Amino acid sequence: MIGLQDLANGVMLGATIGLGAVGLTLTYSILGFANFAHGELITGGAYAALTLLWLLTAAAGWGLGQWGALSFGGPFVVLLVVAMGLTAALALGLERALFRPLRRRGTMIGLVIASFGASLALRSLVAFAWGPEPHYFTREISMAREVLPGVRVTADQLFVLALTAALMVGLHRLLTRTTLGRAMRAMSENPALLAVTGIEPAAVARWTCVIGGSLAAVAGVLIGLTVQVRPLLGFDLLLPLFAAVILGGVGSVYGALAGSLIVGLAEALAVPLIGAEYRAAVAFLVLIAVLVLRPAGLTGARP
Amino acid sequence: MIGDVFAYLVFFAVIAGTYALACLGLNLQWGTTGLFNVGVAGFVAVGAYTSAILTSPPSPDRLGGLAWPIVAGWVGAAVAAGVAALAVGAVTLRLRHDYLAIATFGIAVTIQLLAMNLVPLTGGPFGIHGVPRPFTGVVASPLGRNVAYVALVGALVAAVYAALERLVASPWGRVLRGIREDEAAAAALGKSAAMFRLQAFVLGAMAMGLAGAVYAHFIGFVAPEDFLSILTFQVWTMLVVGGSGNNRGAIAGAFAVWALWSASGAALTAVLPQELQARSAALQTVLIGVVLAAVLLVRPRGLLGEATVVSRHARPK
Repeated sequence: MIGLQDLANGVMLGATIGLGAVGLTLTYSILGFANFAHGELITGGAYAALTLLWLLTAAAGWGLGQWGALSFGGPFVVLLVVAMGLTAALALGLERALFRPLRRRGTMIGLVIASFGASLALRSLVAFAWGPEPHYFTREISMAREVLPGVRVTADQLFVLALTAALMVGLHRLLTRTTLGRAMRAMSENPALLAVTGIEPAAVARWTCVIGGSLAAVAGVLIGLTVQVRPLLGFDLLLPLFAAVILGGVGSVYGALAGSLIVGLAEALAVPLIGAEYRAAVAFLVLIAVLVLRPAGLTGARP
Repeated sequence: MIGDVFAYLVFFAVIAGTYALACLGLNLQWGTTGLFNVGVAGFVAVGAYTSAILTSPPSPDRLGGLAWPIVAGWVGAAVAAGVAALAVGAVTLRLRHDYLAIATFGIAVTIQLLAMNLVPLTGGPFGIHGVPRPFTGVVASPLGRNVAYVALVGALVAAVYAALERLVASPWGRVLRGIREDEAAAAALGKSAAMFRLQAFVLGAMAMGLAGAVYAHFIGFVAPEDFLSILTFQVWTMLVVGGSGNNRGAIAGAFAVWALWSASGAALTAVLPQELQARSAALQTVLIGVVLAAVLLVRPRGLLGEATVVSRHARPK
């Protein structure tokens, strides 16, 4: 029986997928390739924040703090911001060391296999350095409260929803109201024409990495907070991310968000029917259905 | 001591030969046709499980166990992998090429999921034991059986190599390369790109399925963790290192990269302290990743590279 609770779970899941998918759809359309290492940016963000928390706890006795019903407070926001910076730096490092040289050679598909390799190498490094076992930001159990009849969510989950919504509005304003945003959209349309106007495409590519990496870090930290931190955290999200991006139409921010909600809902609604162990296959079925029925995605942006 | 080295070399050659089979399949897909398959491990797994289910003896706690002859299992492995490729290819090959990458990634994840959870058929995390080994009862000593197996694998690699060389040099193979280089031009000459792509994709996947079966019958059991994405990545690295588009390169790459993998594993075991041993595979993966990135950046054509002329009619005398 599908209940309101499943719908709520689906929306929550969709929100976390959305943070990753929006970054992925931007890099996909602006840098022009499917970045299989995007999942590891999510993982990287989660581990960056966690390690920082350990260090600060050991050095200065920091905790996560406490804001009302939330299981965290001000210190957590500091961790989140630093993790965004570190993950953006990781994304920039990958772009500088691997993707840009390969893009210069014009081997777009070499980029995809290189990102696949980078994904595997980063995942292995994380497993090597932090071990394969899961970690938690806090051992405290976040109490779920009834917000609607039959729907219980935790305050942390509501925070995740609110932060996702705020970031999406911010990103939309960036893309539509600023010179950088216009340059990013122009680059996904026609990089050569962008260069003619005197804007450096490499700089736009760097900013795209920074934005994609920061959003991925937020996704990773929020998943780490509400679920757990483990080496496969981002990799297991990759298939839902790609399904959401293609469903929404590559390059469309709102499309990716809508796609994420649909994938999140599909997964949450399918779990009572087929069992949690097959959840990842749901994203694959969504992906195949989109490719068969509407390969251009919901927004129909591009073939 | 000499005996140990010989036994290890035989073992090494069997595994490297298995990789070479999968790598030859990937070379037909990517090297010749430009099809981006990120689900190699999935197709290898389909072959391994199919043959295991068809040939293993009946077991009360599991479906399958048909106890068919091994040859039937191997044919079944290639056919099953081909059918899986047909299903994915029919949906994705008419779309942009990177959608194929994402879809094949998806099918590999899904196959891994099925292997892990479809317990009545696959045995779940414990896998399928008792996959029959050829030459049992014919050759007495275990080493003798391995030597016979390495000869069998060598013959298979040679047969697949010869068949692919013929195919690539044939008009059919030239169409594949034509589609890879300029699809519009190939279409203007009346070639259906989607059809040729599908044929190459299915044939390549069949070689991968065969590789899976050969592996399963050598080790004697199959388990889900043998078919993680590291396998896909290894086969890709082998092809890129050996020389994409060159069948001899695919085989050479398989042996070279597997040698590097084995040697780095042994070196890490010797160097790392005891408590980090379990994690040494992670460092091996990083090493292979660095090798791949370096080859892509420094020598993208690999060790051997692709011959510019393949038709025997066009070769300079």
